[in-house]
Parts: sequence; structure tokens; C-alpha cells
Amino acid sequence: MGAYVLTILVFLPVLGAAVILLVPKGRGTWYRWIGAAFTGLQLLFAVWLYAAFDTSTSAFQFTQLAVWIEQFDINYHMGVDGLSMPMVFLTALLSFVSVIASWNITKAPRGYFSLFLLLDAGMMGVFVSLDFFLFYVFWEVMLLPMYFLIGIWGGPQRQYAAIKFFLYTLFGSVLMLLAMLALYFYSEPHTFSLITLITEAPKISVILWGFDMKWLIWFALFIGFAIKVPIFPFHTWLPLAHVEAPTAVSVILAGVLLKMGTYGMLRISYPLLPDQATAFAFSLAVLGVINIIWGAANAIAQEDLKRMVAYSSISHMGFVLLGMAAVVSPSLGGAQAGMNGAVLQMFNHGCITATLFLLVGVIYDQAHHRYLYYPKDYEDEALRGQVGFGGLATHMPIFAGFIALSFFAGLGLPALSGFISEAMCLIGGFTAFRTLTIIGTLGILLNATYFLRAFQTMFLGEPNEKWAGLKDMSAREIGMLAPLAVIIILLGVYPRPALQVISVTMDYLIQLVTAVGPMAGM
Amino acid sequence: MTNLQSTAYFLPELLITGFAVLIVLIDVFIGRAGRNRVIWTLSLTAVVVVGVALYVQPVPGEALFYGSLAADPFSRFFKWIFLLATAIIYFISPYTRQLKDTAQNEYYLFLLLVMLGMFLMASALDLIIIYLSIEIVSIGSFVLAGFLKSDRLSNESSLKYVIYGAFSSGIMLYGLTLLFGLAGSTSIFDVQEALANLPQGSELMALVALVMILVGFGYKISMVPFHFWTPDVYQGAPTTITAYLSVAPKAAGFALLLRVLGITFGADPSIPWEEWVPLTGLPFGVLIAVFAALTMTIGNVLAIQQDSVKRMLAYSSVAHAGYMLMAVTLMNAQALQAIMFYLAVYLFMNLGAFVVAIVVHNQFGYDDIDDWKGLGFKIPLIAVPMGIFLFGLTGLPPTAGFIGKVYLFAVLIAAKQFWWLAVVGVLNSVVSLYYYMRILKVMFMDGEPVDKTVSDHPAMTATVLALMVPVLLLGVYWSPLLELIRSSLRIFSPGL
Repeated sequence: MGAYVLTILVFLPVLGAAVILLVPKGRGTWYRWIGAAFTGLQLLFAVWLYAAFDTSTSAFQFTQLAVWIEQFDINYHMGVDGLSMPMVFLTALLSFVSVIASWNITKAPRGYFSLFLLLDAGMMGVFVSLDFFLFYVFWEVMLLPMYFLIGIWGGPQRQYAAIKFFLYTLFGSVLMLLAMLALYFYSEPHTFSLITLITEAPKISVILWGFDMKWLIWFALFIGFAIKVPIFPFHTWLPLAHVEAPTAVSVILAGVLLKMGTYGMLRISYPLLPDQATAFAFSLAVLGVINIIWGAANAIAQEDLKRMVAYSSISHMGFVLLGMAAVVSPSLGGAQAGMNGAVLQMFNHGCITATLFLLVGVIYDQAHHRYLYYPKDYEDEALRGQVGFGGLATHMPIFAGFIALSFFAGLGLPALSGFISEAMCLIGGFTAFRTLTIIGTLGILLNATYFLRAFQTMFLGEPNEKWAGLKDMSAREIGMLAPLAVIIILLGVYPRPALQVISVTMDYLIQLVTAVGPMAGM
Repeated sequence: MTNLQSTAYFLPELLITGFAVLIVLIDVFIGRAGRNRVIWTLSLTAVVVVGVALYVQPVPGEALFYGSLAADPFSRFFKWIFLLATAIIYFISPYTRQLKDTAQNEYYLFLLLVMLGMFLMASALDLIIIYLSIEIVSIGSFVLAGFLKSDRLSNESSLKYVIYGAFSSGIMLYGLTLLFGLAGSTSIFDVQEALANLPQGSELMALVALVMILVGFGYKISMVPFHFWTPDVYQGAPTTITAYLSVAPKAAGFALLLRVLGITFGADPSIPWEEWVPLTGLPFGVLIAVFAALTMTIGNVLAIQQDSVKRMLAYSSVAHAGYMLMAVTLMNAQALQAIMFYLAVYLFMNLGAFVVAIVVHNQFGYDDIDDWKGLGFKIPLIAVPMGIFLFGLTGLPPTAGFIGKVYLFAVLIAAKQFWWLAVVGVLNSVVSLYYYMRILKVMFMDGEPVDKTVSDHPAMTATVLALMVPVLLLGVYWSPLLELIRSSLRIFSPGL
């Protein structure tokens, strides 16, 4: 099985989508069961992959290599290392959870679940591709189902949100396309292999418009990835898309898609262009800190719970950037803390933000609104400026418990997973950029502000009569959230299972980036 | 090669002519009832027979008819494209409601004659043939565009087409006479020699001739600023003809443009195409690059504002000419390969999109984008392929359109020239996404399906699905097409 496991992981959902399309119209519940079966099976394969993963090497494992287009040297090349392994697991886990969260989709379920499975396949493909062309194809393939999932099944502004998301991301990816072609044609031999390019790309010496070609490639890639993360000022698509998307799609957007940006930097920009990566590190740290503060400050200002969670993602991704920037830290320990923290934060934030969005979905499904405070221009004048909920803890204790857990994980409470990874990013950042990191630490305070305030207005205080009829979480909802909660607590007290997968690869990456360039050694 | 010897290699063209004569005769002898059916069958037979003749025909070592036509693999590739496009248009014509109450004998006849003209365009080695073949295609197209005699838009489209056509071919003819004046011969190889030996400082002469010829060629491929006829003609002509014009004559225009400009304005015909360079002192690349940038930008920007799907696709076809022109700037073997690949892929995508437009038109008689509302869930077998065609036109994987665009961009990047043009090109792709997605948005996201029963002829659905297959397949595995194109990259040259 080992030889084909990655192909299975990627194409299992495609098969699932095909099965769904073969089932005739109008079989109400069949589609979701098929969706659950295929994503569940994919999750099992991912668990097996994790169990069989060799944590002692930074080399790619379970690799698969087949010639795809001979004339252009494009290969079907896949593999996982300590960087992609957590992402593969996260993708499989969140896809399965999201299908469960989509249980009540009634509008065109056949289309919904088949598109969802295609999205799953695209994401999985991005994380296991070792050929740039293959990577790019998966990167783009993912956009199509996403566009429809937001545009058809989303909230009131879904169409605008969907096209904005699509245009933004396509803008980023066409620049990436040019960078990809430049890397191909300017390296000798011409190759798309992300492994060969590690040694070949740094040798490129072309000047264009007075700039070093490598810097232009770096920036083209950076903009492509930055839009996905999203890094300030490319973040404006995010609140809209996250808020308008249906719950399960928000989970995927925040849980997996954002990670593709940072994953792309770590997989492509860092190893291929180490000189640029180190020279850019300070700017990256600045951008990271801006993200932390800007995202948190915006979250504080939100009246809509889902928007608040969306902005919190921007803030949390800032920690990843800060951790990544720490690769230039003068102390090896600092670089290790930063880089390991960054990847761990990618995984942890995936779980935490997924939990948050799922919980927002739970309350929204019942109450059909999610205002902390009704906005000033709310249609019902009597409600303007009023508290949206209140005292929910009394009759929704399980829900309150889950929310408390995820909020505390989000604000970085020790013993929950978010604390470990954020702390590691900050430690790493501190060894490299002291003042910046101290400013970034303020973000934790701001995060605490809005999470605690949200908890207070929703769950504490006088019970709001209007919402007395809300039922607590159903068994299905508990079932889909429990695994995420377990992971959040487990990695909070014992992060080793995750870190041992990540660390060897990060050591290799740090050495690759900070080692003196190959030209200088000659 | 003498005339008599040449006819052996001229069989496809002779067969087309023969069938055209046959159609005219049958028209006279057969009664009105069932005539359309007979002529339709005969026309499809003609395409098949010509295809067989083209397939078995050997490649001659020399040019035909004393050096005026080439029957090289390059022209053969384009002839396959013309045949395929004609076959598809023939096939769907009886199922097109617009054409229901017309006498279709002339329709099929003129399509066949246009195809003959395009065959000649792809082979032309002589200034006279260039002009004649373009005129055969144009005159046939004028008639076809105005085929709906009682439709005001169709009449307008035909008239506009004639005026623009006459104007631009007049200018082109002037350019051709300039070349003849320089060379004293109508062979493009002689013209090349004359241009290459122009005394120092008279490059302006070559430049003026080039620009004038570009007017004529640009008109055929809808290059800005010679595109003004496109939206009106595309909107007014019967939709089958619009589909045809957007694919086949455009491909023919590119065949002519690549061969004639490549040879005439190349520095030396003995240099292999891999290292093509323009005549010294001629700003060939820059000139084409500016046209390419203008063409794709203006095409895309104007497409955004259209509410008629046919007009939108018309502007989009202008934009696609711009993408292909990007590669013309370098004119090397890689560029030819990229353009040929793109044309082949574009054939499927664009015809597919137009066939869907015909299906919708058949059902509702609409051409306004808002009337496509809700069709996505009503006719998924048509709407989902439409999505794939539009993704292909945008250039998104996993469709063949993506691969085509990658090759076009790769030409510029591999040559390490015209980087700005590549940037303009990719940004245009983003712009085009907006209006292509608008069609999908209307179909899938805007409200409930219109309250009408939708059922289309299975032949149309089959055509749509059949066109979708290559768009997807070539997006995942395109080596065979690439091989075919590489083996077709043998362009006739007397020295070789």
C-alpha cells in the first residue's frame, strides 16, 4: 500500500465525486453518506500514513514518480515529509468533519458533495506534489469547486464573495505561473521538479528591468502565496469569503486553504530561493506582526461572531509568519523554535479555527443570526445595538463548554494547543527580532479581549428570553467536534506526536536556508 | 512542379470543388421536399471524403503549380482544423432553430467554398494566391453572415462585414503590390530575397508593407484595431456561422500570417525556424507585441460590458487572437508550436461554448445573458460542459485551455524577451475570468430556473459532450497532440 498511498489519498475523493454523480437525482441522503464514506476512508489512510511515517529522516517518503508529459519534463511526482505530513492529516481530518457538518444541506446536495470532494482532492494534491507543474494544477483545480461552493450555497452576499475570492486568488496564481515558467526555463536542465530546483534555482543569474531575476521570482511567488495566507494588505477577500461561505466551507477555507499560502512559502520559496528568503525575513516578520495586530484589532471591532472568527484567523496566521521569519535567528535553537512553531501553528490553527467555525455554525443553524451585538443599521429598529444572545450557558452547557475550550485555545491559554505553537513562534521571533516580537506579543492580549468579550456577551449574564428555546448540541455535532477538541487538548499538554514529525524536516530546511549559498562555496 | 503533376497533390481541394458543383446541380434537380436533408448528407460526405483524401495524400518534395502552393505538413495540420470545424458545424446545422425555415442549399455550399478558400490560405506561397484565397473566404463569409434574409441584424452584419472586408483587403492589396514592386515576382521567397537585399536605410519600405499586410491579416484574425466588425457580425450572423467564423477563418488567418510573415520578413529562409529572426532593422517583434497587448486588453475589457452572450464571446475571441499574437512576436518553432496547439484547443472550447449558446437559443430564442438564469440546474448536461468550456477559455487547469496558455507564455519566457507582454497576458487572464464567470454565475447562482420545459435534441447534447471530452482530456494528457504538431512543423522552403 505504501507505494500508492498518496495517489489513493488524492484520488479517493475524485472517485467519490464520480460515484455521487452516478447516483441518480433525488436520492436525498445518499450523497452525504457517500461523501462521508469516502472522506472517512481518506482519513483512515491519512492515519495509516501518520503511523507509518518515519520521523527520523527529512527525506521524502512514500514517493511516487511517473513520467507525465515527456516533451516538457513534467512528472507525476508525489511525496511527503515532515512539512506536508501534518497538512495531509489536517486536510483529511477537516474534510471528514466538514462533510459531517454539511449533513443538513438540502439545496442540490448532489452538486454540493461532489464539488466538496473535488475540493478535497485539490487540497490534498497541493500538499503532496513535488513537481511544480503538478502543484500548480492542483492549486488551481481547487479554486473551481470553491467558487461554486461559496457562490451557490453561501450567505446573502455569496456571489460577490465568490467572485472576489476567485479573482484575488487567480491574480496571485497567474503571477505564480510566470514564476514557475521562469524557474523552468532559467534552470539547467529545464525542470519542474521541486527537488532538483533546490540546487538549480539558486544558480539562476538573469537581470530583468535592472532587477535580479531571483528577486522577481521571489516576489511573484510571494504575492501568490500572500494572497492565500492572507498577508496584509492582501487580506480583504478573507472576511467576506469566510462569512458568506456555508459553515463547512468556512472550515475548509480557514482550516486548510490559508495554510496553503505558508506551506507554499516553506515548500517552494524557502528552499528554492534561500538568499531571498533570508534577506526578506525581516520584512516577513514585520508583515507577520502587522497581521497579528491588524487581525486582532479588526476582530475586536466586529459585531458578527463569524466575522470576528474570520479576523482572528488573520491574526493567528501572523504568528506563523513571525515563526517563519525566525529562520534567520542567530541561534539555532531560536530558528528551530520559530520554524517548528510555525508549522505546528499551521496545524493547530487549522483545528482551532475549524472548531470555532463549526460552533458558529451550530448556533447559526438554530438562531439564524450570529450577532454579538445587533449592528446599528439592523433592519429591526428595536434590536439595534442590543446584545445578540446572552446567558446561553444556562441551557446550552455542552455548547458553552466547547466554545469555552475553543475560545481559550484561540487566545492561547496554556495547556491548549494554540499556546504551545504561538509561544514557539514568539520565542523564535524574539531571538531574531526582539522589538518586533514584543509588539507582536500585544496581539495575545488583543486576542484575549475579543474572545473573552464574545464569551461574556453570549453565555454569561441574564438569560435572553428570546433564545430560551435553543437546544443544546446534537450527538452529530458533538461527534464532529469531539475529535478536534481532543487534538486541541492533547497537543496542548503533549505536543511531541506532532513535533517529532515536523522537527527533522525543519532542521533540514533551516540548514538549507541559512547555509552559505552554493556559489559562495566554490 | 508542373500543373499536371501538381493535381495529384491537389486532390482534397479538387474534391471540395467537385462536391460544390455537385451540390449546385442537385439543387437544380431535386424537388423542394427533403432537399435540405440530401444536401446535408452530401456535405457531410464531402467532409469525410476530403478527410480521407487529405489523410492518404503524400507530401510532395516541391511546391505545387510552379511554386504557388505548398502541400506541406504545416498546411495539412491546419486543413485538419478546418475540416473538423466544418464537420461540426455541418453536423449541428439541422438542429439549429434559426436555420429551420431557410433553404439550406446555399448555406452548405458556401461553407464548402469557404473551406476551399481556407485550404488555399494555409498553402499559399504566392502573393496572388494569398489575395485570392482571402477573398474566397471573405466573400463566402459575407453571404453566410447575411444568411437570415429577413433578420435585420443579420443583414446589418453582412453589410458591415463587406465594408470592413473591402477596406482592409484593399489596404492589404496595396501592401502586396509594394512587395511585388520591390521583388518583381509574386513568390514570397523572391520577395524575401528582395527585402533582405534592400539597400541600407530603406527598411521603412519593408515596414510599410508589413503594416499594410497586417491590416488584411489582422482583419481575418480580429486583431485590434481591425476588429470592429467582429461584435456586430458575430451577433447578427446565424449562431452556427458565428461559431465557424470564430474558429476556422481565424485559424486560417494565423496559418497565413505565420507562413507568409515568417518567410517574407524573416532574415534568412535557410535559418531553421528554431532560430527565426526578422529582417535586420525591422521592428517586427515590438510591432506585433504592441498589437498583441492591445488586442487582448481591448477584447477583454470590452467583453466585460456585454449583455449579449454572442457579443461577449465575440470580444473574447478578439482577446484570444491577442493571446496567440503574443507568440507571433518571436515566430520561432516554439511559437508556431504554441499557436498551433492553442488553435487546436481553442477549436474545441470555443465551438463548445457556441454550441451551448445555440442550444439555449433554440429553446428560448434569447441572446441576453439574463435569460440564461437558472439553466444550470435545468439542463446540467449542457450547463456543466459550458462551465468546462469557459474554464478552458479562461485558462484554468485541468482543461486544455490552461495547457495552451502555458505554452504561449512559455514562448516569451523561454526567449527571455517581452516579459512585459507576458505580464499583460496573465493579467488579462484574470480580467477574462470575470466575464466568463458571469455566464456561470447567471446559470448556477441567479435565482430559480425559468419556467419552461427544456429538452433539446440529443444530437446537440451529444455534440456538447463530445466537444467537452478533448477539452478535459488534452488538459490532463496532451502528449499525442504535441507529437502531431511537432511532426507538422515542417514548413515548405525551396532550399530544403
